[in-house]
Amino acid sequence: MTDTLVAFDDVLASYDPALGLEVHVELNTNTKMFCGCPAVFGGEPNTQVCPTCLGLPGAMPVVNAKAIESAIRIGLALNCEIAEWCRFARKNYFYPDMPKNFQTSQYDEPIAFDGWMDVEVDGETFRVEIERAHMEEDTGKSLHVGGSTGRIHGADHSLVDYNRAGIPLIEIVTKPIQGAGEKAPAVARAYVSQLRDLIVALGVSEARMDQGNLRADVNLSLAPKGSGVLGTRTETKNVNSFRSVERAVRYEMQRHAGILDEGGSILQETRHWHEDTGITTSGREKSDAEDYRYFPEPDLVPVAPSREWVEQLRGTLPENPTQKRARLQADWGYTDLEMRDVIASGSIGLIEETVAAGATPQAARKWWLSELGRRANDAGVDITDLGVTPAQVAAVQALVDGGTLNDKLARQVFDGLLAGEGTPEEIVAARGLAIVSDDGALSAAVDNAIAANPDVADKIRDGKVAAAGALIGEVMKEMRGQADAGRVRELILEKLT
Amino acid sequence: MAENTDWTRKTAAELADALAAGETTSVEITQAHLDRIAAVDGAVHAFLHVDAEGALAQAAESDARRAAGTLLSGLDGVPIAVKDVLATDGLPTTCGSKILEGWIPPYDATVVRRLKEAGLPILGKTNMDEFAMGSSTEHSAYGATHNPWDLDRIPGGSGGGSAAAVAAFEAPLALGTDTGGSIRQPGAVTGTVGHKPTYGGVSRYGLVALANSLDQVGPVTRTVLDSALLHEIIGGHDPKDSTSIDQPLPALVEAARQGATGDLTGLKVGVITELSGDGWQPGVMARFQESVDLLVKAGAEVVEVSCPTFVHALATYYLILPAEASSNLAKFDAMRYGLRVWPHEGASAEEVMRASRDAGFGDEVKRRIILGTYALSSGYYDAYYGQAQKVRTLISRDFEAAFEKVDVLVSPTAPTTAFKLGEKLDDPIAMYLNDLATIPANLAGVPGISVPSGLADEDGLPAGFQVLAPALADDRCYRVAAALESALHAQWGGPLVPKEIA
Repeated sequence: MTDTLVAFDDVLASYDPALGLEVHVELNTNTKMFCGCPAVFGGEPNTQVCPTCLGLPGAMPVVNAKAIESAIRIGLALNCEIAEWCRFARKNYFYPDMPKNFQTSQYDEPIAFDGWMDVEVDGETFRVEIERAHMEEDTGKSLHVGGSTGRIHGADHSLVDYNRAGIPLIEIVTKPIQGAGEKAPAVARAYVSQLRDLIVALGVSEARMDQGNLRADVNLSLAPKGSGVLGTRTETKNVNSFRSVERAVRYEMQRHAGILDEGGSILQETRHWHEDTGITTSGREKSDAEDYRYFPEPDLVPVAPSREWVEQLRGTLPENPTQKRARLQADWGYTDLEMRDVIASGSIGLIEETVAAGATPQAARKWWLSELGRRANDAGVDITDLGVTPAQVAAVQALVDGGTLNDKLARQVFDGLLAGEGTPEEIVAARGLAIVSDDGALSAAVDNAIAANPDVADKIRDGKVAAAGALIGEVMKEMRGQADAGRVRELILEKLT
Repeated sequence: MAENTDWTRKTAAELADALAAGETTSVEITQAHLDRIAAVDGAVHAFLHVDAEGALAQAAESDARRAAGTLLSGLDGVPIAVKDVLATDGLPTTCGSKILEGWIPPYDATVVRRLKEAGLPILGKTNMDEFAMGSSTEHSAYGATHNPWDLDRIPGGSGGGSAAAVAAFEAPLALGTDTGGSIRQPGAVTGTVGHKPTYGGVSRYGLVALANSLDQVGPVTRTVLDSALLHEIIGGHDPKDSTSIDQPLPALVEAARQGATGDLTGLKVGVITELSGDGWQPGVMARFQESVDLLVKAGAEVVEVSCPTFVHALATYYLILPAEASSNLAKFDAMRYGLRVWPHEGASAEEVMRASRDAGFGDEVKRRIILGTYALSSGYYDAYYGQAQKVRTLISRDFEAAFEKVDVLVSPTAPTTAFKLGEKLDDPIAMYLNDLATIPANLAGVPGISVPSGLADEDGLPAGFQVLAPALADDRCYRVAAALESALHAQWGGPLVPKEIA
């Protein structure tokens, strides 16, 4: 069945969207949430396990203090209250990748609650209210074998890897975000993107969406325009990039409107986002309002962070993001428009790192926003997931500044970087990309260009210096781009004036 | 070496002394108990698994240590039996359930590790009600255990195997676990000693949880001193159990020795009003009253203390326990270990889980899973689980108020002596009532000991006397129980023992 989609502008004419975002952050602690197993990505299946994270009979959990510290720091950075006393709770449901058939999580006593984060979209600030941030453990990972889709449906057997089981997660839940209107998709994207920057600045997670360190569930509902109520929501999972967050919100808005316009009602359910086709499909129904039978985890004692510790952790927080953006804009000398583009592209952190690695702010902005931004867009990935690092960009720019490369050659170096051909220097050497600085070869090429274009040469001799551009182009072509255009111009003018 | 000594008749303390004096060896003692098991366990069925080879190897190591002068503890070389609910690396651990048939844990429970680190050879694993749910050991999926005093009767439960093994001289020591009386009630009906430590006093790591907030591991022995000796080996803080108390144990052995001198001058004892009356067997009450009189004789001051909320303890317990148990038992789903039943070819994971749990769990376990699931359900949580937690707090307050007036509280351990096998199997409520007197201590986390008080006149079967103390004051239980034990032994001319098993 194909969903009926309403044109985006028409959705807005009749409905107000409300957003809700649930973001899971996988912490980068050395060990798991409740045992001493290493909490690292990858590894041979079922090698990073012990009686506790495998849920063997008799094994017991012990809380990872570092995870609590990270949870409190995230809470503080999101302007939350930190609980003076809170408990873990068991969320009971059966699933093969859940070792105990309950997830140790938090229920009505989260470690952090009642916070906010300001999100900037097109120069406008939206305050996103944070309902809570709570601690929990990750589940194992199911691998469905034998089907065509990799999903459980159609598979002939399934394997489970428990390496991920017990890795600490922080789930950050917003309150309903209303009033964003047409900017709802962009606000959703900006929230997740800025949240990621915050997590990275805190140093508590790798926060890679493509690796699942940061996972976003997107809740969306529509209400009749101006009604002020909240409609029935859907929760879209499997949204693995900032771009997809925006697209998924947009899609669900259009889909909901299609149902509501025809007098239908929205089914409260989980939906799956399909990156390839850009649509959502129905997952499991939530209409049963699954009863997780939460109750306090009797194997753990309450967590009661002292106020002294909380204040000490507050002292370790990175700069407030709004102030930081203002400071960076001043430091970098960007115009308001330039800064807005940088924020919208999600590359503020990348530029910061590139500048730290030695590039000028303008050079850093140029590469990330034009060349690399275009490539990310073509590849359909977030710019943070493109595969080029700030250090590499700074190294390429250093080669340009040093006269080894010009911008055109630099683009070929990026081709090489994306193809995994090594460092910028190695790529320059291997591909033979360095600018020819031998005046003999250049001089000969200039002579050839003058001889081939006598009329242009005459114009220059007559003082029309601007005409040199045509000859420079000829020379660059002969030199296959590997010449410094400035030096070529000097040689032309020396010979003709 | 003494000729014709029956080492199975000795207490653990006597065995330790005999080993120290060079009168025997750990191998000889261990072999004697293995022989005894071979002779009588067919009738008693206290053991689910006997590890003769492992026990003898550990005994030989102990003897080597003794020769080298590198003993690990005062009980090095004294063998022990372990309830089958505790994980033992390399030995089957079934919890009395079909669903764990054949499961061999890859790790030791902390208490088992401590036994090994103290040099106690492990004879085997003892029978129990499935997942410790029951008061008669009849709910074991592997058949009931029989009471050595009368093989037609129950040995108590859930730890009937450990109590019967000790009562039948198959082991000098055993480990039990007590969630609502599973150490103390079997102790009472088999004429043995059982102590439930303060909650958090002994590590639960490796104890397959029945109800995490109630469970405790404790000693099962024939004398109070032996319990204290064993308690000192297994007790103390364990970083693997977050609920374990990070404080040194009180001097338990010293308290037992001091109590055995028979002087309780200055001690205030409270008799709990609510734990007597209708439904309490006259012979049990008579032995209880005589024991109270002996405490007075030893110098204690006895008063009556009312704990009015105790009448709600059973109802509270049967909401909290099934709630926690229903969640604990969810992990038995045939995915990673234990019984796996395929209902049909190509069955889904969910269908396999369902079929395996259906085949693997017994009726009592299913009953409690259903009760607990219901009590935790949305819409019922506040009325059941939430309310039960509030009553639990009130029960703790009753204890606190009582311990402001007295040093220890006493009651009969169980309302009756051992009943006949099968007698209460179809009446869960009648079965649950056995734990009336033992449950309050679990709800409040306080320690309790059961010590034999004599034989009831009606049936000639053992009755138990319970001593409860404030949290962390396990030493008071040992002191009072030892004083009573020494006074009673003086009366009887030694401990009471069952007739030889035919």
